[in-house]
Amino acid sequence: MNNMTSKHAAVLATVAAMTLGAGVALAQGLVINGEVTLTNEAPAAAHLENLDKVYSGWNFRSIETQALQLDDFDNPGMIFVDQATDQWDVVEGGADESCASCHEGGPEEFAGLRVVLPRWNEDADALWSMEDYINNCRTERMQAEAWKWSESKMTAMTALIGLQSRGMPVNVAIDGPVADIWAQGKELYYTRVGQLDMSCSNCHEDNYDVMIRADHLSQGQTNGFPSYRLKNAKLNSIHGRFKGCMKNIRATPYAEGSDEFHALELYVASRGNGLSVEGTSVRN
Amino acid sequence: MASGVKPRVKVPRTAAVGDVITIKTLISHKMESGQRKDKEGNIIPQSIINTFSCDFNGQNIMSVDLSGAVSTNPYFQFEATVPEAGDFTFTWNDDDGSVYTETKSVKIG
Repeated sequence: MNNMTSKHAAVLATVAAMTLGAGVALAQGLVINGEVTLTNEAPAAAHLENLDKVYSGWNFRSIETQALQLDDFDNPGMIFVDQATDQWDVVEGGADESCASCHEGGPEEFAGLRVVLPRWNEDADALWSMEDYINNCRTERMQAEAWKWSESKMTAMTALIGLQSRGMPVNVAIDGPVADIWAQGKELYYTRVGQLDMSCSNCHEDNYDVMIRADHLSQGQTNGFPSYRLKNAKLNSIHGRFKGCMKNIRATPYAEGSDEFHALELYVASRGNGLSVEGTSVRN
Repeated sequence: MASGVKPRVKVPRTAAVGDVITIKTLISHKMESGQRKDKEGNIIPQSIINTFSCDFNGQNIMSVDLSGAVSTNPYFQFEATVPEAGDFTFTWNDDDGSVYTETKSVKIG
């Protein structure tokens, strides 16, 4: 009996310590491993007419979920980064090559890439996301099969490459060759669709920080993607998330990798200019 | 043997005698429930981690029995008192007979 009581006390003490730990971390903001400080709120970019400040989705999560992202060991998304690190050296395809065959500097070569994507690719004459670059490497250089947009190997690889830019502010270009696509993305953002007749802005601009059923609406920023969701215990791509949103409002989603989602990805990314790339974020 | 299984453990490298340290463990594992069917309609046999234990210098300090409905990638965090320098050995047993182990040493100082 005595033993039970002391056990109980120990558990309570642990819970108290954990709560306190998270509280302290909150006060200090989004600091990962006690080392890397991320910008989780920033002044809105000039093109954002209706917002003064932009916030990372991390801000809207519960303390327990926030805490998961503060230590890479606790962050379940890092399992997939590990898997991608192994995949990096896997030789596949007709050319008998792996990622490491060309990119000898390792994934670290890609520090700073995530912050500017999606961007205009002159050679392809199109707007490219990271998935496009990865699949281009696979089909052209490795002569291997392309990955599906949201399959686990793809999201893991985007996580590994994105992680190299952790802490750097999102900075996508919205002018020049992408100006028209950006405008198209903006139009998609504000267009009501589906049986519920809602646009992205109805939730993520007009009503962020308001409860939607049992959950807080975020601003719908993409700086934390690919994102580990507790809901499905895997990494989720940006286009996959768009698809989920469209289903929620009972619209027919565009395809992952479609022109529409590319345009929307660019526009939504530009709304988050100034926020840090989070590596792999943890969300509901 | 299930694919993609990788044990991960975080233990402080050094501690003082009598220190209470926090140990975090995670094993990436599918935790196949036994409820799912493959494309041909055959039931995929259950394959989960059924026990997890931690030993210090050969002496068992904690063990856990797991059953169905435990999530993928089970994570355990617990505290242990360090009486002397030595090795923590972590063991995960799979339904399919596989045993995964990981060892971490703690120094005094």
